[in-house]
Amino acid sequence: MYSRWLQVARESQKSDWSDLMESEKQEFTITAYTENHVGLLHRITIIFTKRKINIESLTTSESEVEGIHRFTIAVTETEQQVIKVVKQIEKQVEVLKSDYYKKKEVVQQELALYKISTESLTSGLDVERIVREHNARFLTIEKHFVVIEKSGFRRETKALFDELKPYGISEFVRSGRIAVSRERDGIGKDVEKILAEAAV
Amino acid sequence: MATAEAIEESTKSKPKPTKRMTGAEALVQILLQENVDMAFGYPGGAIMPVYDALYDHQDSIHHVLARHEQGAIHMAQGYARANGKVGVCLATSGPGATNLITGIADAQIDSTPLVCITGQVPSALLGSDAFQECDVLGISMPVTKWNFQITKAEEIPQALAKAFYLARSGRPGPVVIDITKDAQFGEFDFAYEPCTSLRSYVPKPKLDHAKVKEAAELINNAERPYVLFGQGVILANAEKEFKQFIEKTGIPAAWTIMGLSALETDHPLNVGMLGMHGNYGPNLLTNECDVLIAVGMRFDDRVTGNLDKYAKQAKVVHLEIDPAEIDKNVPADIPVLGDAKESLTELNKLVKPNSHEEWLQRFRDCDQQEWEKVIEEELHPKSDVLSMGEVIRIINDVTGGDHILVTDVGQHQMVACRYSKFTKSKSNITSGGLGTMGFGLPAGIGAALGAPERTVIAVVGDGGLQMTIQELATIYQTKAKVKVLLLNNEFLGMVRQWQQLFFEKRYSSTELINPDFQQVAKGFYIPTAKVTERKNLEKAIEEFINYDGSYFLEVMVGKENNVFPMVTSGSGVAEIRLE
Repeated sequence: MYSRWLQVARESQKSDWSDLMESEKQEFTITAYTENHVGLLHRITIIFTKRKINIESLTTSESEVEGIHRFTIAVTETEQQVIKVVKQIEKQVEVLKSDYYKKKEVVQQELALYKISTESLTSGLDVERIVREHNARFLTIEKHFVVIEKSGFRRETKALFDELKPYGISEFVRSGRIAVSRERDGIGKDVEKILAEAAV
Repeated sequence: MATAEAIEESTKSKPKPTKRMTGAEALVQILLQENVDMAFGYPGGAIMPVYDALYDHQDSIHHVLARHEQGAIHMAQGYARANGKVGVCLATSGPGATNLITGIADAQIDSTPLVCITGQVPSALLGSDAFQECDVLGISMPVTKWNFQITKAEEIPQALAKAFYLARSGRPGPVVIDITKDAQFGEFDFAYEPCTSLRSYVPKPKLDHAKVKEAAELINNAERPYVLFGQGVILANAEKEFKQFIEKTGIPAAWTIMGLSALETDHPLNVGMLGMHGNYGPNLLTNECDVLIAVGMRFDDRVTGNLDKYAKQAKVVHLEIDPAEIDKNVPADIPVLGDAKESLTELNKLVKPNSHEEWLQRFRDCDQQEWEKVIEEELHPKSDVLSMGEVIRIINDVTGGDHILVTDVGQHQMVACRYSKFTKSKSNITSGGLGTMGFGLPAGIGAALGAPERTVIAVVGDGGLQMTIQELATIYQTKAKVKVLLLNNEFLGMVRQWQQLFFEKRYSSTELINPDFQQVAKGFYIPTAKVTERKNLEKAIEEFINYDGSYFLEVMVGKENNVFPMVTSGSGVAEIRLE
């Protein structure tokens, strides 16, 4: 029943619980494998609202397990608070499993789209050079505008934004963080086990 | 691979005979199959088809017509807490449903099994701001264990089966089922299969025997072990196993307000109440025990006071069904996840017979101090002014502790819980977590209807009573034999106490200019009496309890009496004040 982090948290806790409660906020990625149920998104977000925790980004998608959805939630919080939130998420009836990761425990990406005028592309070679240097690509080139796509860390999509800004960005959008764990098996394996047991 | 389809296939493989009927009729059939014999509610436009279906089943399902939906849900809570079954309540859309919210939040924080069925506008009108439309799903989500909106009659059996299963299994809680009016009218081929498991839901974590063993070792080697027990013991029906545990190990045990009555008051190892207005020893000695064993309780802030000064010296064993409660407030050295009955049964096999006479004596010494400073004057006041405590003392004498005590919220709640005597479990019904004023009277009605063989005494204050006073009409209509004891101090007493102690006696909006409660009770055709002098008290209480039927007794008590001991806000449990 115990996830690895429950154990870890407990070992470090006892002596100076209150110090840890005050401990520094850092970036975490929370993930949850769930049934696909109307209203579950709300049920999960209110867990954050109740504790006045800002969700920096939230992405839902299918997971590798058939019929099971996956939430990926980015927050900046203390680890103690994140542990409590994860347990509350896992407590929800339609959630099969939830866990959290520190920055270095995941491979993560965000996707950004930048719309600029076609004119700024044709008036010089700078934009093309910038796009190449940032490992971005042109998604489409229309008569009046072009759309550039870039995936990467927040700082990378931001860096491209800053460089393109002088050429006039008419629209910009960035997706939520998506991330997979650096463990050999993610919690998807646990989910498959739960499903296999339920099917018996 | 187990997919949703696969699960559905496996349940579909056992075809049950179906019968064509409306959604509303199906709903009533399901209530019957789930052994619902009583429902509490209030009709209205969007739930009318269900009420129409109930009309044909009045012999099997007694519908209690409250006078406000909040009254109805507190009755359902009282019913559930008194007899252990799922409480069912019905309300219409919009205001009917929003009026339930306080009770739903109360049931959520106090783990009370409820299925609340609300009507909703027809599905075609959803989102159109139709008459009496309200997003009941959205509004109830933060305070329910689970909720679901039904928009087609065909969804009713599966959703209701899940609702009852989720409400009563694991850590119980309230469930809301919102049913559009067209789903109530819609006809379909009905068959019902109760729900017994869900793949995404673990009602009881599997017991970890290694943890039980670790816990037993720690307990066996403890010098000053101390047990705290909560409602988890009652919800798991683990009273017997709990008693065996403390008797075998000889460990003193203190209760949270929700755990009250799980162990009889007179048990030599029952050392009393925890928390802000709990007993002296149980609070003080929390910071002197070497092993703290928490059973089915969640370390609420009213129990722990300042966490930085709470049991820092102790190793903590936490027996708990809900993984989210482990380490939430107080970190556990040895968490034992599982149903309290199963955990205690296993633990009882491994703990050694022991006694802790010297340690127990410490509690008795504290009791003596508390008796001298607080209890003696509360139970046997020298002053002419009547105290709440002496009223409770006489009730104990008359009933012998055999009654169900229902309380509202405030000073009278603390006094009643501190001094009431209990001989049976499931005998204390109070709003512990949410502290809902107005809970007492309707919960008392629900308890009286849910446990008709018991004497049910609803102790209320003059503030809380007036929040749901309209339910006196429900007493008259249902003939519920609830005894209503009003401890009238003409103040919002607990707030006034805080104003006296922490706000320089600036009694801002706490004095109540009350109606004549005797006339009020008479107006609702309830036999009534009022006591203002000590010489009349005993006889009045005897008549109150022995009367065959509901009775309203008003006792005028000291206006500015305070409840002590007290662990003030921000203090540690060991800083408990006796005066």
